[in-house]
Parts: sequence; structure tokens; C-alpha cells
Amino acid sequence: MIDHYLYLAVILFVIGALGVMIRRNALVAFMSVELMLNAANLALVAFAFQHGKLDGQVASFFVMVVAAAEVVVGLGIIVSIYKTRRSTSVDNANLLNR
Amino acid sequence: MTPMEVVDPVAATGLFGYAWLMIALPALGALLLLVFGRWIEKIGPYLAVLLIAGSFVVALLLFLQQLGSPADQRAVSVPLYTWFATGSWQIDVGLLVDQLSILFALLITGVGGLIHVYSLGYMAHDERRRRFFGYLNLFVAAMLTLVLADNYLVLFVGWEGVGLASYLLIGFWQHKPSAAAAAKKAFVMNRVGDFGMILAISTMLAMFGSSAFVDVNHGAPLLEGPWATVIGLLLLLGACGKSAQVPLQAWLLDAMEGPTPVSALIHAATMVTAGVYLVVRSHAIFDLSPDAQAAVVIVGTVTLLAGAWIGTAKDDIKKVLAGSTMSQIGYMMLAAGIGPAGYAFAIFHLLTHGAFKANMFLGAGSVMHGMNDDVDMRHYGALAKYLPLTFWTFGAGYLAIIGFPLTAGYFSKDHIIEAAFARSPLVGSLALLGAGVTAFYMTRLMLMTFGGRKRWVDGVHPHESPAVMTVPLIVLGALSLVAGAVMNSWIQGWLEPATGGHPHEVSLLPTVVGWATMIVVAAGVLVAWLVFGRRPIPAQAPAGNAITVAGRNDLFGDALNDALVVQPVMGMSRAAVANDARTIEGFVHTLSTGIAGFSVVGRGTQTGYVRSYALTMVLGVVAIGVVVILGLGG
Repeated sequence: MIDHYLYLAVILFVIGALGVMIRRNALVAFMSVELMLNAANLALVAFAFQHGKLDGQVASFFVMVVAAAEVVVGLGIIVSIYKTRRSTSVDNANLLNR
Repeated sequence: MTPMEVVDPVAATGLFGYAWLMIALPALGALLLLVFGRWIEKIGPYLAVLLIAGSFVVALLLFLQQLGSPADQRAVSVPLYTWFATGSWQIDVGLLVDQLSILFALLITGVGGLIHVYSLGYMAHDERRRRFFGYLNLFVAAMLTLVLADNYLVLFVGWEGVGLASYLLIGFWQHKPSAAAAAKKAFVMNRVGDFGMILAISTMLAMFGSSAFVDVNHGAPLLEGPWATVIGLLLLLGACGKSAQVPLQAWLLDAMEGPTPVSALIHAATMVTAGVYLVVRSHAIFDLSPDAQAAVVIVGTVTLLAGAWIGTAKDDIKKVLAGSTMSQIGYMMLAAGIGPAGYAFAIFHLLTHGAFKANMFLGAGSVMHGMNDDVDMRHYGALAKYLPLTFWTFGAGYLAIIGFPLTAGYFSKDHIIEAAFARSPLVGSLALLGAGVTAFYMTRLMLMTFGGRKRWVDGVHPHESPAVMTVPLIVLGALSLVAGAVMNSWIQGWLEPATGGHPHEVSLLPTVVGWATMIVVAAGVLVAWLVFGRRPIPAQAPAGNAITVAGRNDLFGDALNDALVVQPVMGMSRAAVANDARTIEGFVHTLSTGIAGFSVVGRGTQTGYVRSYALTMVLGVVAIGVVVILGLGG
């Protein structure tokens, strides 16, 4: 029973990780990060259900709160980068490499 | 060796409580002139003279008081305050007014006062003369500290003080590079001697737990093994530096760059005699070590001959007198090294020398004053008629230094030569030879300066100096003639409690050695007259033989110092620089180059692409996952 939840979580996580590594658009990379977080949430909830304890579900709420805060900051950064550089490509934001 | 009886000084009473005034008055003068000088630019020099005179009056009153006291009440200690106390050491500052130091105080303030008066005239047109008088006062204060201290450490304060004053005064005409260089040379060479002094005082502190004269005198007989010799030799090194004795003699001739009153005060009459004072004051140490005494005798004998040699070859009137000063101080050292029999004679010659050499230096200054500051004797000649007062007073000094019967030098130098013969015939003969050479070069100086024909350069109009300069000359000239006869039969008994010698019978009639000395001196005068008196003196110095050339070059003292000290030290510092550049810097450079190369490699991984970082992180996570799942971590 729990195996199916975990397979789904792994698939979602791998899709997210590949998205971060492959896509150049910052917004897409950002959504991929959300996908990985939610894959982790799914795994937490699945384990909590199996063990009959609430710890995993509580942890998944914390992850959601952190993800919401992260979205606020991350989107702000992406918007300000777009305003100055007219691009959301993560490869173009490499000033510190110079 | 039987330990000498040590006479302890008695506590100060009455007038002696004010002995510190001797030092305080000139010190106050130096403070006023050097710190608040701008407001007393005009009266400053007169104030300086007044303060020295006050110091002299105090010294004279104390001397008269001592004369009136019984012999065992004459040495007086005047405690002032505790300088510092640390651990088991307590260093008290105090004055020791005894038979020896009061004579020095009289010489310093008396001759020093006359030289102050003379400087009023000599330096009248120098715009920095207020500062000059400030330095002179500073010197007198330091020199009095040196001779009145009751403790080697306090003596050392004065010792350094006179070194400083000497440096400032030699380099007084600092716009002349030669004067600045001479000042530095004197300072550095004196440092070598000071090194010996510091070691000697440290050894005393280690051995006796105190550096006070009283403690050292009491403790010296208890010294074991070679320690008396060690302290004696270290003190001798200090004395060599300050008194310009071989091998630290080279600075004195260059010191003549200073104004002439400075040469008279510091480099003839007072400061350079500090070494003799030191040896006599430390007699408790030297009496216990025949080796150290022998070293003093050797240094004195070598210096008296070297100084005389240099004196014969120089054409610069001040340098002749400088060589002569070296030579005469060599006599004093020789006497001081002979032991109890010689101490009184060393001090006797020191006092008469202080009078007649100051007289001659000031006379030379008076000649230079008349000759537009020319010092080359080959440009002089026939000055006796134009500078009569200078000639007669200089003549008095001349008679005194060659030891003409009944003048000052006749008594003081003859005693030293006699004592030297008693010590060893060789030393005695060398001292006798020195007396003959002295007569030769002083006669040469007189003939070249005052005799013969005019060899003046154009535009020179010699004129007698003003009264403010000639009066000190007359006083010192008179002293040169009579000081010896006055002190001859008195000084030994007077100094006996302070130096521990027992008076010898001295007579006014010459002994065998006395006759021999007179004959040698007469021969020296005769030879000088045959060479320089009968035919005109060339205005250009002739090439001269090897002996003359060596003398003109100060017996190659500078070259010797250069070869033995300067070059090895320079070589060592060059080696140190090379070592630093190659070995140490090489190691550091290799290390830093390696790290820089490594970081270039490492920088390649930092691409700046977010996605590549993400890849790295994922690979890392996978790797950790593999390790965890397969249980490789154990």
C-alpha cells in the first residue's frame, strides 16, 4: 500500500530535480523546487499514515509554511532580476563569477 | 694582597647639606636656556655664566670647610633620595663629597666657568649662542653628577649625560657635514665604552648586590677568582671610550670640529679625564687585580706614545693639541695603573693639565679668532707681535706642558715618570721618550704659530682678542705656571684617605730621573728648533716620510676600525640580507606560489551556473544515499 505513495513521491522528486538542473528559466526552476518539496511532503504524510503517528503530518505543515515564505522571497528576487536584466535565465545571472 | 683599610664617609652636616646646589645650578641653567630660551635670548649667556659662578662658589666653600676639618671628617656623604627599590636591590641617589671629588668639582666649575666667560667673546656673533650656553651648562651639570655621585649607577647617569652634551657640542655647527659626522662618530665610539661600563656595573650588582662605592669598596676584598680582573677590565673599557685611549681613541681628533671653547672644556680639561677619575675611584677593584692594573699601564703607555706621534705630524693647530691631550691622558692612565703610588700623581697631572691644556686650547681659539678661523699652522707665523697676550699666555701653557722647571707640568709629569721607572724600566723609558716627543711637537707648534715669517693668506689681519677672552687666558696662564708648585707637596697627603696611597717624599730638587727628563725635554726642544726654527716653513706641507704620513692619518686608526669592525659587520649584515632574500623569502614564495596554483585549479569548479551547482548537490545526495543504503558507512 505505502509503496505506491513512495513511488509517486520518488517520481515527483526526480522530475523536480531534473527540472532544476535542465531548465534555464528561473520560474520553471522555481516550480521544480516546489515539486521536490511536495514530493518530500507526500513521503512524510505516507509514513505518518503507516505508523499511525502525527509527527510526519506536522512536519509537512512546517515544510508548507517554509515553502510559502520561500516563494515570497524567491519571486521577489526573480522579479527584481527581471527588471534589471530583462531576462529570467538563471545562466545569465552569473555576475559573481566574473 | 692585604685588603686596604676603607675610610667610610661621614654623614653630611651644615654646609655639606647644600652640596646638591653644585649640580642643581647649572642644571637649572640648562633647563632655562634650552626650554624657556626664547624669552631670555639676550641675557641667557650671562645667566649661564652666573650660575656656573654660583656652582664654583659652593664648591669653594665646601673645599674650605673640608680644609678646616680633621682628616677623617673630610669625606662626606650626602644622601638625597631613593631612586628605585626592586627586589633585593635599592638604588639610592646621593653625593659623595670627598677629597677626590671636590678637586674635580673645583676643576670643572673653575675652568668651566672661565671657559664660559671666554665663550661670551668667542661666540658673540653666533646667532645660536643662547643654545650653546645651554649645552655648556648641561655638560657641567652632567660632569658634576659624574664626579659627585656616590654610586656607580648614578655616576653612569652623569657619564651618559656628558656623552650627550659632548655630542650636541661637537655637532654644534650642524650645517657642516664634517661636524655632524664627527659628533656621530664620537657618540658611537663612546657607546662601545659604555657597553663595558654597563657590564661592569651589572657585574657589581650581581657580586655585591649594590653599586654604591661604599659597598663595592667593602665587598671588593671578598671577591673570588678572576672577578676583580673582570670588573677592572670592563671599567677600563669604559674609561678608554670616554678618555679616548687606544683602542677607542679615533673620535677625539674628529671632535675638534666643535667650537674651540668646547674642545677646551670637554675634550681637554674635563670630560676626557672621566676615565682617569673612574680608574682612581675604583682603586679598591684595581688594587686587587695586578692583571687589570697592567692593562691600564699598557693602555696608558701606548696612548701616550700614539698621541705624541700624531701631535708631531699634524698641521691643524687644534689637532696637534688633541693629539697632545690623548698623550697627556695616557700619562694619567699610566699613573693610575701603577697603583696606590700613582693615584695621587694621576690626579695631580689631571689638575695641572686641566689648567694648561684649557689655556692652550683657548689660546688656539684666540689665534683662530684673529686669523678668520683658519686652523692650518702653515698659514700662521710671526703672530707673537700681533697677538702679544695670546702669545705670553700660550707660552705659559707651553712651558707647563713640556715640563720647564718649576712650572706645573714639571712637577706633575716628573712624578709620573719616576713612578713609571719604579714600576718597570721599560715603561719608564717609554714615558721618558714621550716627554721628549711632547717637547718636540709643542716647540714645533710654537715656532710655526708665533715664530718665523708671515705665511698669512690674503685678507687676514690678525688682531688681539677682546678682554672677555684674554682675561680667562691670563688666569689660566698664571695657573699653568704656579699650580704645580702650590699643590706639589700637599696633594698626596690630601688624597691619601680617598685613594689609599701613602705619601712619598717629594722634593723641589730634581732626582736622577728628573735630570734625565730635563735633558730629554731639552733635546726635544733643540731638535724642533733645528728643524722648524732655522729655516722658513713651507706653506705647502712637504710629502714627508712614512712616520709623518702615519701620524697625519691618525696612525690609520680609522682604517683599522674600518677593517676590523665596520667591514666584518657590514659583511655579516650583507650575508643576513642574502639569507633573508634567498632562504626565507624563497621558502615563503614557493609556498604561496603553490597555494595560488592550487586555487586556480579549484576555481574551475566554481562555474557560476546555478544549474551546475544543483547537479553537484544532487550527485552529492545520491552518493550519500548510496552509502547509507548499502551500509558502507558501517
